Amino acid sequence: MHASLINFAYLVASVLFIFGLRRLSHPRTAVGGNLVGSLGMLLAILVTLLDRQIASYGIILAGLIVGSLVGVVLAVRVPMTGMPQMVALLNGFGGGASVLVAGAAMLESLGMSAPEAVSAQFFVATAASGIIGAVTFWGSLVAFAKLQEIMRGNPIVFRGQQVVNVALLLLALVLSVRLTLAPTQAPQYYLLIVVVASVLGVLVTIPIGGADMPVAIALLNSYSGLAAVATGFVLSNNILIIAGSLVGASGIILTQIMCKAMNRSLLNVLSGAVGGSAATGPSADQVYAGKIKAASAEEVAMLFDSARRVVIVPGYGLAVSQAQHAVRDLTTLLEARGIEVEFAIHPVAGRMPGHMNVLLAEADIPYEKLKEMDEINPSFAQTDVAVVIGANDVVNPAARTDPNSPIAGMPILDVDKARTVVVIKRSLSPGFAGIPNPLFAADHTLMYFADGKKAILDLIAALKAA
Amino acid sequence: MECLAASGSEAVVGLLTIFVLAMFVGFEVITKVPPTLHTPLMSGSNAISGITIIGALISAGTRYSALTTILAFVAVAFAMINVVGGFVVTHRMLGMFRRRD
Repeated sequence: MHASLINFAYLVASVLFIFGLRRLSHPRTAVGGNLVGSLGMLLAILVTLLDRQIASYGIILAGLIVGSLVGVVLAVRVPMTGMPQMVALLNGFGGGASVLVAGAAMLESLGMSAPEAVSAQFFVATAASGIIGAVTFWGSLVAFAKLQEIMRGNPIVFRGQQVVNVALLLLALVLSVRLTLAPTQAPQYYLLIVVVASVLGVLVTIPIGGADMPVAIALLNSYSGLAAVATGFVLSNNILIIAGSLVGASGIILTQIMCKAMNRSLLNVLSGAVGGSAATGPSADQVYAGKIKAASAEEVAMLFDSARRVVIVPGYGLAVSQAQHAVRDLTTLLEARGIEVEFAIHPVAGRMPGHMNVLLAEADIPYEKLKEMDEINPSFAQTDVAVVIGANDVVNPAARTDPNSPIAGMPILDVDKARTVVVIKRSLSPGFAGIPNPLFAADHTLMYFADGKKAILDLIAALKAA
Repeated sequence: MECLAASGSEAVVGLLTIFVLAMFVGFEVITKVPPTLHTPLMSGSNAISGITIIGALISAGTRYSALTTILAFVAVAFAMINVVGGFVVTHRMLGMFRRRD
């Protein structure tokens, strides 16, 4: 097939990607959008197979079959609660592919023309692919291991970590310059660059833990796009650059949203600064002593007798206890009694952007009931009962009231303004920020100590019995 | 597919132009995605970043040397996991959002 025809088909595929992403602007059109995007990918792959450079199809076919099988099995088997680690893993494969493609392309051009004839730009792009791709691959694997609980989820921090990271990055850049200046040794330098970037990928991800994971995943998402862009520069291929840019932009936007929702800078999140500084501020004993009111399922059920409006606030605990279906049943029951039920979703609730929305959608809760923080916050004052399930830091009023708190200034859900607050939680253990939550000790708060799912099921039973 | 290997700085500026404009398009389009769809956005855009498969396919088909063929085979498999896994899991998720309509 003629090269210009192939490039035209790539342009069509790029447009399909853009249209596909545009249709993600509404849940109703989103399914179609995803199909349009996959159609673009199918077109790009088919057209590439017609390229004249391709001499044999055996290896290609083998790779396509292995990759498709693994991809389908992963996609079909992953539970909705496991979506953060799934996305982390997929990010990693994208980054890994970029490293390999850039490496193979470099070996081919070095073999086909004299090293001096290969342009400096080509080597710069190859080195960039190697660095970004390797950081994405290893960073994503570490994120996956943490989310899957193969590794401890806590931040792993050591003295001088930032210095080591900066040194590694500089080393990778120096090696890239060397690679460009000494093309005859380019393969050796490329290998070194990939090794250094791999260590860097691991080191930049280990200090990120628990509740900071949404930022890490969004950032790795953007890296996987930028890795494709770099490989596009290696191959002089427009569609890699266009598609990679779309993903890069998406990841950057999500990273910004997540950081803003925690009132922290990206650098602060990346250094894993929160969690270790719990020494300042009031201790848990000072906040909680004598003020905690524990309630039973029956007591909580009685609250709903006179309630007209209930807001449910889900957090990561909902995902851990798989309580989404029980919550749907509770919602149905309350609505049958004429109570208005809505859900308040904090942007960083869960372990990735939109995590709670997917879980609640899985349980058939209509997306119209899922309200964003800015939309629902003014309505807490008119809310009779706010039910917090497995959320902690995102409902901690200290963010508003205590300027010395580690989470000071972080936008929170104003749950404390509701008439009555029920907090479903296994214990008084602190959230990721490691600080006590004055909401739990408030006069109008009832603590309902139990596993999320069991608590909701018992509550439903109590409501039916009353 | 001709490589940057043989092209000059004008070609690089051409590629940079496409990169910058595509980033702007990306920002415009993605900003309109509502937070409720942020997880499917990530998995779906992830599948699109598997576009690296194109470079992997050419390398795997060219069979320049044993080493490049092995690298390319692994790259095809990796990128395909990214593409297929990403689109299928996104389809699964989005179906859940649509069920009530």
